[in-house]
Amino acid sequence: MREISYLEAIREALAEEMRRDAKVFVLGEDVGAYGGAFGVTQGLFEEFGELRVIDTPISESAIVGAAIGASLRGYRPVAEMQFGDFISCAFDQIVNQAATLRFRYGGRAAVPIVVRAPSGGNVGGGLYHSQNPEAWFVHRPGLKVVAPSTPYDAKGLLKAAIRDDNPVVYFEHKYLYRRGKGPVPEGDETVPIGVAATRREGADATLVSYGAMMLPSLEAADRLSKEGVEVDVIDLRTLAPWDRDAVFRSVEKTSRALIVHEDVRALGIGAEISAALMEEKFDSLDAPVLRVTYPDTHPPFSHVLEHANLPNADTIAEALRRLAAY
Amino acid sequence: MPTIKRTKFKLSAEQLLEMFYWLKLIRAFDERLSILVRQGKVRSGVYTGIGQEAIIVGTGYGLRREDFICPLHRDLGAFLMKGVEAGVMMSQMFGKATGLSKGRDSALHSGVTELGIFGNTSMLGSNLPVAVGLALTFKMEQTDHVVVAYFGEGASNVGDFHEALNMAGVLHLPILFICENNQYAYSVPVEKSMAIDDVADRAESYGFDGVAINGNDVLAVYQATQGALARARDGGGPTLIECKTYRWHGHSEHDKAFYRTDEELAMWKSRDPIPTFTTYLKGLHALGDEQIKEIETRVATTIDKAVELAMNAPDPEPADAVTDLYA
Repeated sequence: MREISYLEAIREALAEEMRRDAKVFVLGEDVGAYGGAFGVTQGLFEEFGELRVIDTPISESAIVGAAIGASLRGYRPVAEMQFGDFISCAFDQIVNQAATLRFRYGGRAAVPIVVRAPSGGNVGGGLYHSQNPEAWFVHRPGLKVVAPSTPYDAKGLLKAAIRDDNPVVYFEHKYLYRRGKGPVPEGDETVPIGVAATRREGADATLVSYGAMMLPSLEAADRLSKEGVEVDVIDLRTLAPWDRDAVFRSVEKTSRALIVHEDVRALGIGAEISAALMEEKFDSLDAPVLRVTYPDTHPPFSHVLEHANLPNADTIAEALRRLAAY
Repeated sequence: MPTIKRTKFKLSAEQLLEMFYWLKLIRAFDERLSILVRQGKVRSGVYTGIGQEAIIVGTGYGLRREDFICPLHRDLGAFLMKGVEAGVMMSQMFGKATGLSKGRDSALHSGVTELGIFGNTSMLGSNLPVAVGLALTFKMEQTDHVVVAYFGEGASNVGDFHEALNMAGVLHLPILFICENNQYAYSVPVEKSMAIDDVADRAESYGFDGVAINGNDVLAVYQATQGALARARDGGGPTLIECKTYRWHGHSEHDKAFYRTDEELAMWKSRDPIPTFTTYLKGLHALGDEQIKEIETRVATTIDKAVELAMNAPDPEPADAVTDLYA
């Protein structure tokens, strides 16, 4: 299989879906002739024209609101938030307008929109270009939330998100955009929403993560393997609805669980998974469920400060050792 | 206020009577709801538009099925005029399974896509970006359908108002922004929420026309709307029409509205859109006492039936508290 970058995979998914379905269009800031702040939409304006690749004013709320309106007439808009941090400016449209619409319409309407949010740190972006706001949206019924970690999933999940009849918030991690390439099918292959992937098999502990944190997580699992501890590494890929079966099956096997995320700790994805394990798999557990996360602080600009916060292979390996010792 | 010619867009005697019927029906619907709240039969979420009916009738009359409306919380009449059965609307207010939202919400937070109705959330002004998206699809399809989006003068201070009107101006979309300026945002009078006299003046900064008119004159509203609709259908872009009016009741039926004077209310009641229109129709010999009686009977029957249907309709099943979240 040919290899392309995570960013190219996103662009390819957009282009292919726009060719396949005339109802798919993109809108956002600088997405037109400029090709997007990160270059994700490069070439789309030339191919599809200004009515399907719409440059908008700086108006995140209206970008998402307009996407919702178009979706009510059968369109499948992909709204780009230039940085995931800016999604807070569109918060009301996403959580009150899109998320509740089907419910308040008595099931007689759908909102097939995708909100793309380039998120995450380790890029020296500082407070407002590094955030990981995914948990806010997982906390809101009516939304689906995905966060791919590989080029393969970046393409397949975006295609699935565009074809999904629900509002999907698509978190693409900026650190992964151009770091390495991976195999991506050229054909029309989607990755199902709601299904996790096991990246490495092991019987001694379960590690659950997603997005850019998959990289240090797999590195830590490698190190533990050399120490004789085999870790089952699960890439959630979808955060809402997260794949309970995959996580539960793994914990039944390993009796130990660690959740790793770049989002802050309080009420993050890890808190939910940990609580679910307590409720549903208490009998299987031989150790407390652990978390390695960003501390409850803001992403600082200084390289020194940012790296003091980011989970890494060392901190993850340390947690795995603690878990294995039970 | 600019004078709107009453004669540019002709209406037959039959059409004028239809408008009269809608005014009466919408008034009576809201009045009945108000009574039902006081009787404890409708529990909450009632925001009447009594006194403001000329805006809904004047803007809504003659719209196409394909045109989309984005009404606000006082615009129950807009749902009726666009084709939702009175019984369904009453069921919605009762929170019954037969309402638009199947009991999930009692107010106008629902819609019917096939009829071209988008009902908003409680976040006022947040319907305007959605209206922009609807209008965008009309432009993409090169049709001449139009979106009619409503908001209050209070909502014109919300960020979404600015984002939506600016985007509609930039993209030159087929959309009418109808401001129902009823003088109060809940308790706050317009002079405390705006440093200008007319919301209409805000249109200029978005590159399209704004006009302030007498919102209690159904024909003035109709004429202004038809002019703006014709322009929008012809590719002429958006228009903002500010309709000056007054809500007779409080913000909601639970609001005693002590923040305003009896004199002010009496003054606005003297401008009641219905008697004004009745006198006009009688002057044209388009309406006689017999017809008034016939229309009033038809209105009363429609509402009685709607209430009966809603009262006898089933409550939602408890299980439906968690359904219809995902398609």
